[in-house]
Amino acid sequence: MANEADKPVGRRKFLSDAAAGTAGLVAAPNMRSPEEAEGQAREQDQGHQAAPSDVALRVKALESILVEKGMIDPATIDAVIETYESKVGPRNGARVVARAWVDAAYRKRLLADGTAAIGELGYGGAQGEHMVVVENTPAVHNLVVCTLCSCYPWPVLGLPPTWYKSAPYRSRAVIDPRGVLREFGVTLADDVQVRVWDSTAEIRYLVLPERPPGTERMTEEQLAALVTRNAMVGVAKVPAPRGAAA
Amino acid sequence: MNGIHDMGGMHGMGPIAVREDERPFHAEWEGRAWGLIRAAGPFGPARRRNFRYEHEILPPAQYLQMQYYERFIKLLVDRLIAAKLLTQAELDSGRADQASPKFTPRVTPANVAEQLARRRSLRRDDLRIAPRFRVGQGVRARNINPVGHTRLPRYMRGHRGTIVADHGIFDFQDTDAEGYTLPDRPQHVYTVSFSARELWGETANARDTVHAELWEEYLERA
Repeated sequence: MANEADKPVGRRKFLSDAAAGTAGLVAAPNMRSPEEAEGQAREQDQGHQAAPSDVALRVKALESILVEKGMIDPATIDAVIETYESKVGPRNGARVVARAWVDAAYRKRLLADGTAAIGELGYGGAQGEHMVVVENTPAVHNLVVCTLCSCYPWPVLGLPPTWYKSAPYRSRAVIDPRGVLREFGVTLADDVQVRVWDSTAEIRYLVLPERPPGTERMTEEQLAALVTRNAMVGVAKVPAPRGAAA
Repeated sequence: MNGIHDMGGMHGMGPIAVREDERPFHAEWEGRAWGLIRAAGPFGPARRRNFRYEHEILPPAQYLQMQYYERFIKLLVDRLIAAKLLTQAELDSGRADQASPKFTPRVTPANVAEQLARRRSLRRDDLRIAPRFRVGQGVRARNINPVGHTRLPRYMRGHRGTIVADHGIFDFQDTDAEGYTLPDRPQHVYTVSFSARELWGETANARDTVHAELWEEYLERA
């Protein structure tokens, strides 16, 4: 392992700047008011670049220490990020949904044994061991939540979005699902049944959304491109393609 | 435990950030943090406290104020310090002390893909235990208030529901008061459907339902 003198000065400077923040990981939480938290969520939401925060510096310093000690290989971290940015994400679930829309036999298998049917398309593994697929219809709307933490079907949807893990969604999805849906822009008639699925144990849920009108001539691939993450959690409907007669 | 994490049914948590795009990470540090957590892999003693319990015992104000990946990183640091694999002096200086203990990573660039994809099923297909309940039967979620980790949310306790599926036998995940998993209690896990009116009263839509998977010992005959 290289000694201190071999390291670029910039890194030493960076680490000393970050050190106070690292200590804060143990000493005191990064206190933020709910207003600040929401402001931050909104900022992220709008894609604004924030200045490096305390927590960013602390994470960077922790990585440096563990890498220096040989306890972590930064290439492993790169591979984890790459996995969730390009391999394991909601496009996988979108392919499952599109297949179910075009292939009635597959749809039947998917609703009967989600894990096996999702496995047919090559998706499975951690947090997808026991999958149940629930189908939206004109009479039934399904919504998935994990009130106790952040359980989510990784193989088909990837890592959960921030809102799914946040207090506002987790607290209200079970007591006011229709209000939550309105917040996402979906207004349901009173005679539509809302079924909420609280992922309390080892089962993970995928919502099979309704196929929008005007998509009869679309290919499976084109259909998959219409399917959104939010629709597969049940907080949105799949929008009809532009120009389609609704 | 009746902690801040068990938030189903609470009011006043504010609006939902509904416009978030589909990227998994919205800042570089979030990806690095998640990568660190997965790359650290298993280390330290084999008998470890339940990780979810460790989140649940955070002081409520801290739990609510910390960002998600920040919370995970804090708990990783706590575990590393408890296992004596990281010292306060290292954190204070931001530099590794080469004399302090280390571990050899079990997750490496060569096996990370396999590690990330690994199934971790708690289902015990090797066991045969007769179910106490059958699909269609009325049940009541027991009124229990365990101080350890539990998967029975507060908002369901004492309420009547109906068994709609039996998922087979799973290892029980509740812990003792110190956060250690209770051993040898595999049992059936059922999906139970509750009417929204049963849970929330007359203002709820009469058609709406809330489902959860509940271990057998959370339930009694109704």
